[in-house]
Amino acid sequence: MTSAQISDCVSQMQQGDKAAFRKLYDMYAINICGAINLIVSDTNKSEEICQDVFLTVWQKSAQYNPSKGRFFTWLLNIARNRAIDHVRSSTFKQEKQNLSADLLVGIAEDGAFEDEVVHPQEHNLKQLIEGLTQKCREIIAYLYFRGYTQKAVAEELKIPLGTVKTRNRDCIGRLRKNLNERDGRQ
Amino acid sequence: MNEMDVSKYIASGILELYVAGALSEQENQEVAALAQEYPEILAEVEAIEASIRELAASYASGAAPDFAALESQLTSPSVKQLKPGEPEPRRFRLWAYSGWAAALIIGAASLYLLQERNRMAGELDGLQEENTQLETQISQAREGLENANATLKALGEKGIQLVPLTGQQVAPEAYARAFWNTEANRVYIDANGLPEPPPGMVYQVWSLKLDPLTPTSLGLLEDFAADTDKIFALANPNDSEAFGITLEPAGGSESPTLEQLYTLGAVSS
Repeated sequence: MTSAQISDCVSQMQQGDKAAFRKLYDMYAINICGAINLIVSDTNKSEEICQDVFLTVWQKSAQYNPSKGRFFTWLLNIARNRAIDHVRSSTFKQEKQNLSADLLVGIAEDGAFEDEVVHPQEHNLKQLIEGLTQKCREIIAYLYFRGYTQKAVAEELKIPLGTVKTRNRDCIGRLRKNLNERDGRQ
Repeated sequence: MNEMDVSKYIASGILELYVAGALSEQENQEVAALAQEYPEILAEVEAIEASIRELAASYASGAAPDFAALESQLTSPSVKQLKPGEPEPRRFRLWAYSGWAAALIIGAASLYLLQERNRMAGELDGLQEENTQLETQISQAREGLENANATLKALGEKGIQLVPLTGQQVAPEAYARAFWNTEANRVYIDANGLPEPPPGMVYQVWSLKLDPLTPTSLGLLEDFAADTDKIFALANPNDSEAFGITLEPAGGSESPTLEQLYTLGAVSS
């Protein structure tokens, strides 16, 4: 779907069109469920949270305003808030044995994701983050999957505030290059 | 914005932050407007978004859960679509009310305890008052007993002469007794047989010489009603031949009012 088609779909969903909602779900569910799993590292729990996130999306769709950001950004924000809430909850801390390897280190609380567990799409992931420096992985993790502000990222990674924006662009550039190469090879 | 500016804008990294949701509301509106106006900017935003979506998708456990599971829940009233501006339905949150409930319970309990405390304090005051009254009664009784003992002792002394005083015309039922200790020059009047004097009046005791009739005042039976044993001690240095008791105006009289002679008795020789 193009951006214009997505916009149409979103406004139809806002009118209560379940078919439009379904189209959006089919388009974004894999990304949103993946983002949640990236944060909670528990496939069963992340699917549960993911479904809950989309129910919220349906319920609160009227709150989305296209002039204030991308629909995906709105979805991602709801998803990571819900996932981070779960990570901070006590149940998560008790069930820590289910954590999987996280190549975007530093995402979880206390750097808890150190265990090496086979990732379902490990190969895919490795291709995407190939050549990304540790700092890049951290910047991306904090900005997109933890919802940090530039200032918070600068403080966390001890880099000047003014460099966060350009460093992140460089990192995303490398990610896009990897993505293009992968798709070019397919 | 010319082409150069668009490239610079893209290179600044602001679009990456736009996708992350890390911009201010004002910046978001600016980027959204420029993306509508400049296709290069929109294309760049889409590419950035696509890369993040791909990265996220590589963490998915497989295919996303089927939409059917979600669809079945859309009819539930709890996930009803909210209209624009409609506030979220308030769930009954126990914790939100438990505080109030606790406050109410504590308040009610405090009130009850306060009332109970006041009630008990009142009861205590009552008991203390009662206690004081009892103490007074005991001390009065002890005093009365001491007086009675003193009286008995006085009456039992050697040289006491008993003089019965009989009722006279104004009060035939009245009677009294005089215990005269001639050695100590004291006379004890037992006035138990006299009626209570009317208000403003007082009994006066006289020592009498009979030939010629010469009355000498021995004193007043003051506070008659309040005196429990009705035994009055008076000094009597006289060589009495008889004793009489008259009713006189308060303060007593110089000479007896014979019309109000209640009792009279002669000393037996």
